[in-house]
Amino acid sequence: MNPTRRTLLKTGAALIVSFSLKGQGPTAQAAPELDSFIAVHPDGKVTVFTSHVDPGTGIRMVYAQITAEEMGIPVDRITVIDGDTGIVPNHGGTGGSSGVPRGGADIRQAAATARKALLDLGAKKLSAPADSLTLEGGIVRPNGGGTGVSVSELIGGKRFDLKVDPKAPQRKPATYTVVGKPILRTDVPRKSTGRFAYVHDHKIPGMLHARVIRPTAIGAKPEAVDEASIRAIPDARVVRLGDFLAVVAKDEWAAVRAARELKVTWSEGRAMTPSANLAAEIARTKPEREQEVVKKGDAPAALAGAKTLKATYYWPFQSHASLGPSCSVADVKDSGVSVWSSTQDVFGVRGLVARTLNIQPAKVRVVYMDGSGSYGSNGAYDAAADAALISKAVGAPVRLQWSRQDELVWDPKGPAHMLEVTGALDKDGRILAWDSSAIGPAGPQWTGSALSPVAAGLATAAPQGQGVPVIQNLDPPYAIPNLRVTGKQLKDTPIRLSNLRAPGKIATVFAVESFMDELAASVASDPIAFRKQGLTDPRALAVIDKAAAMLGWKPRPSPAPKQTGPKMTGRGMAYMRYKHAENYVAMAMEVEVEKATGKIRVTRITCAHDCGLIINPDGLRNQVEGNILQTLSRTLHEEVLSDGKRITSVDWVSYPLLRFPDAPKLEVALINQPELPSHGAGEAACAPVAAAVANAVFDATGIRLRDVPFTAAKVKLKLSA
Amino acid sequence: MPTYKFKVNDRDVSVESWDPDQPLLYLLRNTLDLHGPKFGCGLGQCGACAVLVDGKVARSCVTPIRTVAGKSVTTIEAFGTPENPDKVQAAFIAEQAAQCGYCTNGMVMATEALLKTTPHPTLEQAKTALSGHLCRCGTHTRILAAVVRAGKA
Ligand code: FES
Ligand code: FES
Repeated sequence: MNPTRRTLLKTGAALIVSFSLKGQGPTAQAAPELDSFIAVHPDGKVTVFTSHVDPGTGIRMVYAQITAEEMGIPVDRITVIDGDTGIVPNHGGTGGSSGVPRGGADIRQAAATARKALLDLGAKKLSAPADSLTLEGGIVRPNGGGTGVSVSELIGGKRFDLKVDPKAPQRKPATYTVVGKPILRTDVPRKSTGRFAYVHDHKIPGMLHARVIRPTAIGAKPEAVDEASIRAIPDARVVRLGDFLAVVAKDEWAAVRAARELKVTWSEGRAMTPSANLAAEIARTKPEREQEVVKKGDAPAALAGAKTLKATYYWPFQSHASLGPSCSVADVKDSGVSVWSSTQDVFGVRGLVARTLNIQPAKVRVVYMDGSGSYGSNGAYDAAADAALISKAVGAPVRLQWSRQDELVWDPKGPAHMLEVTGALDKDGRILAWDSSAIGPAGPQWTGSALSPVAAGLATAAPQGQGVPVIQNLDPPYAIPNLRVTGKQLKDTPIRLSNLRAPGKIATVFAVESFMDELAASVASDPIAFRKQGLTDPRALAVIDKAAAMLGWKPRPSPAPKQTGPKMTGRGMAYMRYKHAENYVAMAMEVEVEKATGKIRVTRITCAHDCGLIINPDGLRNQVEGNILQTLSRTLHEEVLSDGKRITSVDWVSYPLLRFPDAPKLEVALINQPELPSHGAGEAACAPVAAAVANAVFDATGIRLRDVPFTAAKVKLKLSA
Repeated sequence: MPTYKFKVNDRDVSVESWDPDQPLLYLLRNTLDLHGPKFGCGLGQCGACAVLVDGKVARSCVTPIRTVAGKSVTTIEAFGTPENPDKVQAAFIAEQAAQCGYCTNGMVMATEALLKTTPHPTLEQAKTALSGHLCRCGTHTRILAAVVRAGKA
C-alpha cells in the first residue's frame, strides 16, 4: 500500500538500498546521509524524501524546484515523498514557516551534494576534470557541449553512500532557471476533479469506523455508560479505556449514529470563565511570571514625565477551524503499528503513539496523508492517538474521524492575549518612549497533552504554564529611544493551547500597529508619514510605499472628515517585519462600515511582501492571499465562545468564518530578492491584517476597535455610544 | 437490508442501507468509492459534500438515501479527470484555486450548477452562488476568479 524504499528504488530495475532506520535519527543529525534525502532511479527519475509535509501550501513543488535547480534534473522527473517515518529523514516537522528556510535549505544542500557527486562520477566516466563538466537536463557533459552521460547511467538505482556535504557548492541565483518560476502544483488537477487521496479517503481491508465520545465539558468524566442505548445500531459497540470513550462499527454511518445516541452520564466539568468575561479576567489575574524581553533607554522614566497615551488590546482564543474534521487510520498489530495521519509532525506523532501504546518508536510507522488545511496543530495529532488506542482495543484497523463539533471544541486553541501599550511623543511628534506588555496563558505545550491518552489514564497532561507567551514583534520596528517590552504569563489556561498560524505575532502586531495609528492620530499626522519618520531600512520603506501606491493612498490624518449617509468608508494600513528578522509585509485596505448594523466590509486590500528569494511566485502568492483572507476571517468573526460551563462554539453558526460575498478585492505585490535567503511565507502576512482593519475602521468612523473579533454587534454598540 | 436504486454519474446503481435516513454522502464515499464529495460538517453548513441531484446542488451530508431513490446523482468525478478536466475544473487548475483543496469539491459543484443557469457569471454572481460555501484556507480570490474564468471558457 505504501511504498517502501525498496519498492521505490526498484521501479524500473532491481536495486536495493538497505536504508531501514538510518533516516530516523534525531533532528540534529550532524551529517545526514545524502541517500536519506535523495534517490536517483534507474529511469533517471528522482525522489526527494522529507519530514516537512505539505499541508496544502504547495511546498512539495517548492522542494521539487529546489532539487531540480541544484541537481540539474528536469522538475517533472522529481517526486517528493513527504512525511513517512518509515522512509524519510527526520529533519523537523512543518511549522513556524520553516518549510522553506529549514526544510528547503536541507534539501538544497543535499541536492548540491548530489550534483557534486554526479559531476565527480561523470568526470571518471568521461575522463575529464569535474570542473570542466556541467549537469543539465539530467545529463553530465563537457562545458562546451559534446557527448555526455546521464545521471541514471551514473547512479540510477544505486546509493551515493555519502554524507550531505555542507560545503558542496550551490548554484548561483543569477543562473536559476527553475527556481523563481510559477510552476503549477501537481496536486491541484487531482483536487479539482475529486481524485486526490486525503487521509479521510484511506481504506484498508477489515477497517472499522470509529467516533470518539468527548465529554460534555472540559474535565467532565463518564459516570455511567448505557451500552443498551445503541443496541439497535448494527455492529456498533462501545470502547471504554478509563475515561476515554469511543464507539466502533463496521459501517461509518452506524458509528456516527452510535456516537450521537449513546447515553452517557457525565460528571460536572471544570468551570471556565465565560468568553465574555475572559479579557477582564486576564487583565486582573496576577501573572505567574514576568520577563522583560526588550529594554532600551529608560521607558518608565521617560513616560513618567511625559503626556502619555495608553491603550489595551485583546486577542481571543481561536480555533484552527479546519474545514474537514481531523481523521486518522491506524492498524495496531503485535508485529508493528501503522498510522496514517495529516499531522504536520510525523515524528512527533510517532513518539506520541509509541508512548501511548508503550512500545518502541521503531515499531510505529506514521505515514502522512493530506488532510484539510491545518495551520499549525489542529486535531490531527489527537486523532492519531485516538485511532491507535481504538485499533489496539478492538484488534482491527480503525478509521477514526472527528465530528464538526469535536474539531471546533477540542482542537488545541490559539491563545488569548491581553496587550497593553503606553507611549509618549516628543515635542516634534516623534516617539519618545514606548512600554508594552502582553499577558496570556503561556504555551504552547499541547504536544504532551493529547486528549485520549490522558483520558485513558495512560499519560498525565503536560503542564501548560511554562515560559512566557510568544510575544515577538511586541516591540515596534520603528526608532524609539526608550523602549520596554514585557511578557507576562498566566499560570492557568482554560483551554489547551497550540501554535495557531502566526502565534503571538498575530496579537502583538495588532496592538503595535493599532497603537502606532493612535499615536499618529494624536498629533494629526498621516499614518504612513508618521511611521516612516522612524524607519530607515530600505526594504521596509519599499513595501510600505508599494502597498500605499497600489491603494492610491493620499496622505492625510485619520479619521476622515465626518461622513453622512448609510455607509462610512475609510482606509488604513499596517507594516511589520516578521520576528524583526524575516519577511517585510505592508498592507493597506479600504473598508465600509454600515451605520445601521455595524457591519464592516473590507472592500479592497493591497499588500507588498518581501521574503527574500522567491522560489515559486504563484505558490507564494497563494500563501500570502490565504494568510490575509484567513486572518480577515479571524479578525472580523472568530472567537471561541464559552458560557462558563463549556465551549459553545460547536459549528459554523456559532463559529462563523468569512464568506464569499465579503471577499475583498485583493492585490499582492511580491518583491523578489534573488541574492538574499528565502524566508517562509506561511504566516507573516497574517500579522498586519487586524491592525490595518482597525485603522481603516477608525479612519471611517473615528471609532477605535481594540477587541478582536470586530463583530457587527460590537461595532454597532460603539457607533451608538 | 433495504436497497435503493438510483443513477450515479449516468450509471444505474443499487445500494443497501440499513437506515433509510443514512445520508447519501456515506454511501457515495464508502459503498460506491466516490471520494470527491467530502465530509466537512454533516450539518449542511459548509458545502464540502456537494453533489447534484437531478441537476441541482444538494448537500449530500443531509440528503437521506430514501429521498434519492429513482433520481440521478452527479458527483465531481463525472465532469472530468486530472488529465481531461472539464472547463470548470480546468479553470480551477489554471487559477490554482486550491490550497488544501478540501473545499474544492463544493466549489466546483456549485460552479457546475451555476453555469447551467448563468453561463457567464460576473464576480458578483460568483460571490452569491458561493455564499453558502466555506473555505478555511482563504482561497476565495482564486476560487472566484476560477468561476468567472469558467464562464469565459
Ligand atoms: S459536509 Fe455537507 S454541508 Fe458540510
Ligand atoms: S482550500 Fe482549504 S478549505 Fe478551501
